[in-house]
Order: sequence, then C-alpha cells, then structure tokens
Amino acid sequence: MSKSHIQLTINGKKVEALVEPRTLLIHFLREQQMLTGTHIGCDTGHCGACTVEVDDMSVKSCMTFAVQANGANITTIEGMANPDGTLSALQEGFRMMHGLQCGYCTPGMILRAHRLLQENSNPTEDEIRHGIAGNLCRCTGYVNIVKAIQYAAAKINGTPFQEAAE
Amino acid sequence: MIPGSFDYHRPNSVREAVGLLTKLGEEARVLAGGHSLIPMMKMRMASPEHLIDLSAIGDLKGISIERDTIKIGAMTTQYELIHSDILTKHLPIIAETSLVIADPQIRYKGTFGGNVANGDPGNDMPALMQCLNASYELTGPGGARQVAARDFYQGAYFTALEADEILTAVLIPVPHSGHGYAYEKLKRKIGDYATAAAAVIVTMSGGKCTSASIGLTNVSDTPLWAEEASATLVGSSLDKATVDRAVAAAEAITDPASDMRGPAEYRTKMAGIMMRRALERAASRAKG
Repeated sequence: MSKSHIQLTINGKKVEALVEPRTLLIHFLREQQMLTGTHIGCDTGHCGACTVEVDDMSVKSCMTFAVQANGANITTIEGMANPDGTLSALQEGFRMMHGLQCGYCTPGMILRAHRLLQENSNPTEDEIRHGIAGNLCRCTGYVNIVKAIQYAAAKINGTPFQEAAE
Repeated sequence: MIPGSFDYHRPNSVREAVGLLTKLGEEARVLAGGHSLIPMMKMRMASPEHLIDLSAIGDLKGISIERDTIKIGAMTTQYELIHSDILTKHLPIIAETSLVIADPQIRYKGTFGGNVANGDPGNDMPALMQCLNASYELTGPGGARQVAARDFYQGAYFTALEADEILTAVLIPVPHSGHGYAYEKLKRKIGDYATAAAAVIVTMSGGKCTSASIGLTNVSDTPLWAEEASATLVGSSLDKATVDRAVAAAEAITDPASDMRGPAEYRTKMAGIMMRRALERAASRAKG
C-alpha cells in the first residue's frame, strides 16, 4: 500500500505531505500538521466537532480521507481569527454571548457558522438552527450559540444586535 | 477508528474508472461522497483493497434537461440538488427530499448517485426515484445500459448493478407541470434514517385525481413502489373512503424490520400515516 503525495492549502499556507490513503483528514490535521484545534467528538459523523472548511464546504473531517483533500483549500479554527490576531466576529460572538461552556463543540460550531453566514449573511433563528443541525452541543442547549451567531451576523452586516426575548 | 489499508485511485474519466474496476475486481470499491462507505470502513465492516474516487470525473457532475427528461449526474451532491434552478422549477420534490437527508455538512459531500446506488433501504432517494419512474444509467466495460429504478433493487445492499459497472446518471421523466408533490419522513432526530417515509406525486383535473404515484422508504428490504395504492386513487376525488383503501393497500406491501426505530407493526402504520400526510400536501399543491 503506497503512500500518496498531497498538496493543499491550510489556513492560507501551502502544505505538502506524504499520507497513507487511509489517513483521515482529522488525523492528518491534528497529528501531522499539529493543528489540534479541530476536535474528534463521536468519530462517526454525527456530532460535527470535527467540522472544517474544505473548498467552501463545511466538511466532517472524520468522514474524509486526507487524500480526498488533495488540491483543496482548507480552513480550520486556527485560521479563523482576523489577520491582526483579533477575534473574528463569530469568535467574539461566542465570547460575548457565552456560546460555549466546555468548549468541545466550539471549533466545529464556529466553522459551520462561518459557512452558514457566507451563504446567508442575515439568517433567521430558524435558518441558524437548521444550519447548525449537524453540530451537537451537550452543554448550552443551543440558545446562546444561536445568539452568538446572530451577534456575529449583526456585526458583519453593521446592524445593531438585539438579543431575542427569552 | 482507523480503516484498513487500501490503495487510492482518482481516475479522470468514466472509461478509466470502469477499466480500474474491471482490472482490480472484487477488491475494489468506488468512492463517491464516502459518507456511507467510510463509516463502514472505519468499523471494519468493509475493507476494500482499492478505492476508486470518482470526484475528478467532470462528466459525472451536473443537472440538465432535454425535452421531457431531467438527467442528473451521479456525483451531483445533495447540496447541488437543493440549489438547482432546473429542479426548483420542474421537480421540487427532489430538494424537499434532500433537505431531510442527513445534515448540512453531509449534504455538501453526499451524492445523488451514492444514495441511489448503495442499496441501503434507509436511503431516501430510491423510493422517490421509484415514485417518479426514473431510470439509472449503468456504465460497464461494454458501454451503458438503463435499468428502471422500479427494477433495480433486489434486497438490502443487493441491486442490479454488476461488479464492473458504475451508476453514472439518473434519468427522470418530468412530471406534468401542475403536479402536486410531497415527501414526508418520520425520523427520530436530524440525520436519522426514516422510521417510515413516503413520496407522493399527483395530478388533479376538475377535482379528480388523474394520476398518482407513491413510493415508500425503509419499510422493507428494498424501497417500495406502491402500485396498487397509486392506482386506487386515480379517478377519485381523494375522498376519505378512497384514501383509506389506498393507505391500506400501501400498508399491506410493507415488511419492515423491528428495530430501534420501533416494532414492525408501528413502522407499517407510520408508513400509512406518512403516505396520508404526503398525499394531503401533494393534493393541496396540485393545480387543476
């Protein structure tokens, strides 16, 4: 079983590597690239903790082989902050709205919410909830995660953020 | 969980992919979105020695319409189905069904061809393809042939697809422009397979049903086309007595397993209820 040579871009940086075809993208990112921000949750494709961005798609990296990402442009949580190192609107939203407790689901939530806002910059609460339906959080009950994404959408759009009534 | 070792191939054409499949034989599997196969490989329930990734084959992508037939390339993703202008205009039941499959992440990767070719009775598209009387284009070393979706499924994971063939496209006759449609799926949570689901297409004229077709998901080893139930509805005003008879005819052909989604009797009744709800919604959408 020969190794495959892959070239890809991760968080704006060109990367070349040799991988066994069976190496999952999540293991490649965490163990070969030492990008441990992306988490392995259920390891069965259900929980979304391993979500990364691959060529403008939200992808569960535990369900993808690294070789399939040959030539792709990948963003992980390590690439989400603003270029000057300040928090992105989404990261700030999760902080300000207490959108995390244990933090395990947060990298996947933020990557998924990022793509959601790229495709729909002003989502309704319902669209947010359906948009993050592939990401499980066992702490928050999702209420503050939804607020965090609404906060980020308002900040990106330059509109005032109004916290929804309980 | 780490899958067994395999060699990876990424051909650029269908011909090359079929050639690899022929050469490598039973130890090779084709890889589409991978969201059914890779979990199986991680659990070591599948250990192919070769994976033939179809993602670089441009010919397998895209949605087109020619006269009265819509052609969907096998590697078209669920996400692309949901966002297709052609399907929104002519065949909106496809997007309605895609939206209840898996979750957003999986819909970016999961393909239409994989969903219909895999033979998993839990998949949603096969019953819809039977409802729509679609045909599958299967390409092997001798060229392409067509098999009707209603003849394709032989048992759980057993289909008419030969070991050296690839399902390359799906051909769907466009229903009447005023048709009503609905896909109703009972599931325990987002991402779950159906406890039972039903696809319904109807056309109406002057308050009478002029055609009807019903497909049922995950209530047998194969998807089911409810032929008798469909025929029962035609000519009626979809009055309660006729619908009751059609629902009973549909329930009668189900043979679900008792599993964590419920006992067989429950799932049969849920198939009837999904059909009833889908029919109501389809009739309300039908023009004429």
